[in-house]
Amino acid sequence: MQRRLSTWLLLAPAGLWFAVMLVLPLCFVVVFSFGERAAAGGYVPAFTLAQYANLPARATAFRNTLVLAPLGTLLSLVIAYPLAYFLAMRADPKWRTLLLILVIVPFWTSILIRSYAWIFILGGQGLPAVIEWLGFGQVRLINTPFAVLTGIVYGYLPLMVLPVYVSLERLDKRLLEASADLGAPPMRSFLQVTLPLSLPGVATGCMLVFILLMGEFLIPAMLGGGKVFFIGNALVDLFLQSRNWAFGAAVAVTLVVIMLVTVSLYMWLMRRMGGVRDDVALM
Amino acid sequence: MQSQIDSGAKDHTADRPLVAEFRAATKRYGAVLAADALSFGIGRGEFLSFLGPSGCGKTTALRMLAGFDPPTSGDVYLDGERVTDVPAYRRPVNMVFQHYALFPHMTVAQNIGYGLLQRRPRPGRDEVARKVDRALDMVRLTGFGPRRIWEMSGGQQQRVALARAIVNEPKVLLLDEPLAALDRKLRREMQIELQTLQRQLGITFVLVTHDQEEALSMSDRICIMRGGRIVQSGSPNALYDQPVSRYVADFVGKSNFIDGTLTARTATEGQIECASGLRFAGRVSGALAAGARAALSIRPEQIDLAHSARPGAEPVTVINRIFLGEHTEYLVRHASLGDLMVLVARQAEASAGRFAPGDAGFISWAPETGLILPQD
Repeated sequence: MQRRLSTWLLLAPAGLWFAVMLVLPLCFVVVFSFGERAAAGGYVPAFTLAQYANLPARATAFRNTLVLAPLGTLLSLVIAYPLAYFLAMRADPKWRTLLLILVIVPFWTSILIRSYAWIFILGGQGLPAVIEWLGFGQVRLINTPFAVLTGIVYGYLPLMVLPVYVSLERLDKRLLEASADLGAPPMRSFLQVTLPLSLPGVATGCMLVFILLMGEFLIPAMLGGGKVFFIGNALVDLFLQSRNWAFGAAVAVTLVVIMLVTVSLYMWLMRRMGGVRDDVALM
Repeated sequence: MQSQIDSGAKDHTADRPLVAEFRAATKRYGAVLAADALSFGIGRGEFLSFLGPSGCGKTTALRMLAGFDPPTSGDVYLDGERVTDVPAYRRPVNMVFQHYALFPHMTVAQNIGYGLLQRRPRPGRDEVARKVDRALDMVRLTGFGPRRIWEMSGGQQQRVALARAIVNEPKVLLLDEPLAALDRKLRREMQIELQTLQRQLGITFVLVTHDQEEALSMSDRICIMRGGRIVQSGSPNALYDQPVSRYVADFVGKSNFIDGTLTARTATEGQIECASGLRFAGRVSGALAAGARAALSIRPEQIDLAHSARPGAEPVTVINRIFLGEHTEYLVRHASLGDLMVLVARQAEASAGRFAPGDAGFISWAPETGLILPQD
């Protein structure tokens, strides 16, 4: 009894926080999504599916998000895995900590400032000028999907590197000796032992990056220049510019549902593939 | 220090063709000399142990044989072929790792079948399943194939590791402290099982251990190692009865040592004089010269503990008595020789009467049971 009470007391602050800051607003959003826009903007109570029927009006935002978020996640993984592998398996332990810090160093500056830097790098005076000077003709980089993808991968790479690094670093190196001892050349040892055992880290990294990318607003806003925009940008626009709260809520609810479905599907898939023992390792 | 002396072991290797051989194999890790020009052969079907404290080079020797660490200089031969530069995955040897190193993401059967599936051409699924089942039978884990590794106890994991190695029918099976993680009772069982398995399969076993009991109970031949060298190699009996140095006598079995100087010697007998002036006779062999620092080694079971004095006996006080069942272990203190261990058989104690701590007694031993040995 005593123990139960202390458990509840300890969980109360976090529980209260989630109830007030997450569950309650989410309920509002769901309720709003079935309402209508007031004449002067905002929300009038109603029960209609009109907002959901209107979703195709924001198809571009959904398409951009659903293409660029998985693509950005995949690209981050492809770049992060070899780096994490090097850090965990090959790097001199003397330098390892320093190298890891270097991976995190970008976080010491705000993403806003770093995105401004990318505006200059990808803008007319930056990389395109160099390409033109080299005689490869004129290219436009800023405000393209490429620019957004670059910004995304740049911004989220450390979030991918760290969990993959941890899973590789934790891997018992004697397993690789056992694999070699049993006749597997290095590449096969990697595919049969290292890769499957690093899947929990890969899953965690992909999940982190993917979830954050689905809700991304800043990078497309700055590097997409209104041409390449995500659902996040559409939401800001709907709530703050056109003040169509009901439609905005419907878009938000749809985003949440898409995320729930993809993430559940993904977790189910990872568990089936990797024979991962505990769900804790996945998250 | 004398290098590689082979005493009493010739009977084990001479009649067997060599399956593996080290030729002046040296391994350096930076400034550390882990293996110092090791040269010796391993006979086919032999059960050989490397015995020594940690850092003596025994694991290095095993790893050179497995192919994990190529020697800095010198060569390793397997089955008459030079394999010095052949990577581990191309060597027909398999290892049972100290902490098993089983693949956690695979079932027991997948672990055991792993080595078979690395072969090219790849063997058929049925063949693999059949061999895996047979290996499971052999380590008495019939039916455990579909289990996950974490569902197995420590002793069972040990058997899986063993099965994973022997299923490949290696030329040499390497065992790196395979029983260190098991409790005492299980260790005894596994010792017997390993020995039986080795005889059944006829595979050459090379065991690395710091546990003398393990080495003594299972091996045909033991190499005592120190500082990257083999100090002495021979059958367990030979090492116990004819150690070449104090180090070996201390490492194989228990022994009492009396330090002194060799005062005189013939081909087989000598006399040692302690700092206190006491003199003892004993057997002596090897190159030890008169005037050299030496130690007289007497095994605890060869000392006689009596209540009354007799010629040549030394007076002692009993310090401690430990009842061990068949034997009783006494710790006795001598005025100048210090503390000595005496092992009294149950029957002898019954007839002579037991001692209690504080009792006075007299110790003596037959001169030919004492061995005068170089200090190290």
